Amino acid sequence: MIAGLYQATVAPFVDYGFMRRALVACLALSIGSGPIGVLLMLRRMSLVGDALSHAVLPGAAVGFLIAGLSLWAMGLGGLVAGLAVALLSGLVSRATSLREDATFAGSYLASLALGVLIVSTHGSNIDLLHVLFGTILAIDDNALDLMGAITSVSAVALAAIYRPLILECFDPGFLRAVGGRGSLYHLVFLVLVVLNLVAGFEALGTLMAVGLMMLPALASRFWAPTVPGMMAAAAAFAFASGLIGLIASYRFGLPSGPAIVLTASAFYAASLVLGRNGGFLRRWWPRPHLAA
Amino acid sequence: MRTLAALILTFLWAVPASAKPVDAVASFTVLADMVRQVGGDRVLVSSLVGPNGDPHVFEPSPDDARRLKQADLVFVSGLGLEGWMDRLIEASGYRGTIVVASEGIRTRAMEEDGKRIIDPHAWNSAANGVVYVGNIVKALSAADPEGAAQYAANGRRYAEELRQLDGYARQMVATVPPDRRKVLTSHDAFGYFGDAYGVKFLAPVGFSTESEASAGTVAKLIDQIKAEHVTAYFFENSNDPKLIRQIARATKAEPGGELYVEALSKPDGPAPSYAAMFRRNVDLMVAAMKRN
Repeated sequence: MIAGLYQATVAPFVDYGFMRRALVACLALSIGSGPIGVLLMLRRMSLVGDALSHAVLPGAAVGFLIAGLSLWAMGLGGLVAGLAVALLSGLVSRATSLREDATFAGSYLASLALGVLIVSTHGSNIDLLHVLFGTILAIDDNALDLMGAITSVSAVALAAIYRPLILECFDPGFLRAVGGRGSLYHLVFLVLVVLNLVAGFEALGTLMAVGLMMLPALASRFWAPTVPGMMAAAAAFAFASGLIGLIASYRFGLPSGPAIVLTASAFYAASLVLGRNGGFLRRWWPRPHLAA
Repeated sequence: MRTLAALILTFLWAVPASAKPVDAVASFTVLADMVRQVGGDRVLVSSLVGPNGDPHVFEPSPDDARRLKQADLVFVSGLGLEGWMDRLIEASGYRGTIVVASEGIRTRAMEEDGKRIIDPHAWNSAANGVVYVGNIVKALSAADPEGAAQYAANGRRYAEELRQLDGYARQMVATVPPDRRKVLTSHDAFGYFGDAYGVKFLAPVGFSTESEASAGTVAKLIDQIKAEHVTAYFFENSNDPKLIRQIARATKAEPGGELYVEALSKPDGPAPSYAAMFRRNVDLMVAAMKRN
C-alpha cells in the first residue's frame, strides 16, 4: 500500500522533469501571489486579476508590432500596459470619488478596446494572447527563474511595506494625519499585483495565475482571524491545490490548469461551509459563548 | 422598338461579365495556391486565413465578409477543417456555390478523447492533392465554361507535378530503415502523410489547437519517445512551440526545423506554394528520421 501511495503521489515528480518544474512553479506562485490575493480580497479588488488578463492586450499588441512573435517584447509590453492600467486606476480612485473597483473597470475596458483596435488594424489573425499565455506543463528553466525572482522580490517588498499598507487599508485618515504617504504604498502594492499577474500569465496562463491568486485567499478568509494568518493559509491552500491538481492531471489525464484551479475551488467550497471564521455552518450554528 | 432597345441593353450588360477574371475566395493559403495553379490568369484568388495562420481557429473581420459576398466562387477544404465557415457564409450573405475540394477522398478517422472524428488534413498526402486538383478543375470549368480547356490543361500539368511529388516522398522514405520511420511533432495533422508514406507520427495534443494537454498525456508521450528513440522534433508555424520544447528537453531530442502544415509561408519564405511546402516537409522529415 505504501508502494502504491508512493507510485501515485511521489513517483510522477521523481520521474519527470516537467512535473518537478510545474510543482516548483506552483510553490513560487503560492508564496508570491497568495499574500497579494489576500490583500486584494480585503480591498474589494478580487476581480482585478481577471480584468488585468484583458488589460494587457494593447501592450502585447504593440510588442508584437515592434518585434514580431517575441515573448520578451510581448511580455514587456503587457507588463507596461498592466502597470499603466493599475496605476491609473489607483490614481483616479485617490483623486475622485470613485472607488477602486470602478476605476479599475474603467481603465481595463479602455485598454482592452485599444488592444483590439491595434490588433485588428495592424495585426494578423493570430490570437496574441493565446500565444503569450503559457501553460504550466510547458514551463522551462528561464520562466521558472523569472517566477522565482518575481516571487522573492514581491515577498520582500510586501514585508517592507506591510505596516503602512495595512494601516492605509484600515484607517487612511490616521495615516494621512501622521504624515505617512498612503498613496505611495498603495501604488507599490499595485505594482506588485501587476508584476505577479503578468509573470503568472506568461508562465502559467490566465486561469491558473488568477485562480491561484484569488481562490486560496478566499478560502483562507474562513480559517484565520488575522491578516498574516490569512496569508499563510492562502499560500498553503495554493500549494496544496497545485500538488493535488498536478497529481490528478497525471493520473486521470485531466488538463492541468483546470485541474489545479478546480482543486482550489474545492478547498474554497469546503472552507465556505466548514470554516471556523464566518463559514456557513458556524454562522447558523454558533458555538456557545463563554459564560461569565 | 422599345423591346429591341431593352434586348440590346441586356446583351450589353451580359457581355462584360465573362471577360473579367473569376473572383475566387479560398479558405486558407494551401487551397488558394492550388486554385491559383489551376486557374492561372483567368482566376483571381484570395485566401481568408493568411500565411502562417491557423485554419482551425480563424476570426474573420468585416472585410472578409465583404470579400466573400462579392466572390463568384468559394473553395473550402472540408471534412470539418473550417468550422467557422458556415457562420461566415451566412453572415456575409454569399449565395453562390461552395466547392468542397476534398470531395471523393478516402478519409481516415482518428480516436480523440474517445470520439472518432474525421481527419481534415487531407492535403498532406500528395495523392489526395491530385483529387483536390480534379475537383478544382471541375468547379472552375462549371463557373467559367470559356476557360474550361485552359483549366483542364493546367490541371493536368499540376496533377502530374503532384504525382511526381508523391513518388518523390515514397522514394525518400524508402531510404530510411523501417524501424526508424518516426517523427515527433506538435500537431497531429500528418495522419494522411503517415498513412500514405508509412511514417509514424507522435504528438502531444489532438487535432484542434484549442485542446489543453494533461500531465498524464505528456508523461506517456515522453515515455513513448524514449522507448522509440526519436531524436528530432518539429513544430508547426501555426502553433505554440513551448510545450513541444518541454517534451523534447525531457527526451533529449533536437529541433529538426519548421514544418509548414496548415498554412503556407509568406511569398518570400521557405514554403510559398503547396508543392514547395510538401517537398520541404518531406526533406526535413527524412533528414530527421535518418538521425533516429
